[in-house]
Amino acid sequence: MAVVTPLTVPASARRRANARRRGPGPTSRIVAVARWSVVSLPPFDRVVTEHGRVVLRVCRALLPQHDAEDAAADTFLAALEAYPRLRPDSDVKAWLVTIAHRKAVDVLRRRTRHAVPVAEVPERPDDRQPTTPDERLWLAVRALPDKQRHAVAYHYVADMAYAEVAAVMGTTEAAARRNAADGIKALRRGYPPDPPSTEETTP
Amino acid sequence: MNDLEHLLGGAGRQGSDGTDPALARLRAELIRRAAERNLLDVAYRTVDSPVGALLLAATPAGLVRVAYAREDHDAVLAALAERVSPRILSAPARLDEAARQLDDYFGHRRHAFDLPVDLRLARGFRRTVLEHLPDVAYGRTVSYAQLAAEVGNPRAVRAVGTACATNPLPLVIPCHRVVRGDGTPGGYIGGPDTKLVLLDLERSG
Repeated sequence: MAVVTPLTVPASARRRANARRRGPGPTSRIVAVARWSVVSLPPFDRVVTEHGRVVLRVCRALLPQHDAEDAAADTFLAALEAYPRLRPDSDVKAWLVTIAHRKAVDVLRRRTRHAVPVAEVPERPDDRQPTTPDERLWLAVRALPDKQRHAVAYHYVADMAYAEVAAVMGTTEAAARRNAADGIKALRRGYPPDPPSTEETTP
Repeated sequence: MNDLEHLLGGAGRQGSDGTDPALARLRAELIRRAAERNLLDVAYRTVDSPVGALLLAATPAGLVRVAYAREDHDAVLAALAERVSPRILSAPARLDEAARQLDDYFGHRRHAFDLPVDLRLARGFRRTVLEHLPDVAYGRTVSYAQLAAEVGNPRAVRAVGTACATNPLPLVIPCHRVVRGDGTPGGYIGGPDTKLVLLDLERSG
């Protein structure tokens, strides 16, 4: 993100210079102030309301349920701490997903460091026998190789553009696109379609 | 073909009433951890009352804002984000005691509030006026001019009016007990009708 505020955009600077030359112009200064005040930070609660679900889903796509909820809470805690310093015109979702990515990578790294190496990360009982469509889906996503899993989580679950996905993953846009495509292809092969809708409608 | 992408995107997964147990757990856990790390700069909740929905907001120092619905609660929260801190979370339990005392007040069971207050939103003379207001007893009234004299500045009648009009803690700091010299209620941050309701409530309590 370029560090450019509405007040330093060359066009508006030119307008202001012109206004100075003409004397007190009718609107130019007021417009600049109004645009500035519009972008102050909203209360953090709105960030939770607007992005809580998507951060939870991203974490679910990366981690088993218990770890996912822990990572989501950690993500929002870190975000809350840094929030007063966030530029008001930032892409808040991408910012949160970037934090969630780091939290999830931390959790996975801790696990591989401390756990006995096994082919599959041990799951809690609720994850071993998925009963809802969501859980079956997350189990399938988590079975993907790391890069595919991350790319699927950020592009398809968080609905981020490939350029943003690439920024989060520290890779190129082309690689992010390829990883997401490979991941979806693998999911289509391995993830069975939803059973008849009875399971869907019961809470 | 695109079913899988819709599923991943969360289509149709929200409860019909908009509640989501995982999101509720996330909020509770965030509040717990934020309080533990001293990051919950402003906690808030709304309560119902005989004079409409009230927004209650507190900093770790105490109650910082009480707002009537006509003040626009979203606008009040936005102003708190700007003037106190944007680290604002809905955390109802942190305002349970304030809510209980307000409930008691409206139920004629309480005549004075016993709550820590954070007066950071009022400065200078306005703050002096607000600090003096709890001395005006329940059920009594005082005129703007009398109050100006009592705070040692008899000519500052208008400034007393401004202090009342910008009281960040109406009800708890009883600016509704300040009335015009001719005995008519005068303006109120919660609206003139609300002022009458409160004065009536206190006369009958």
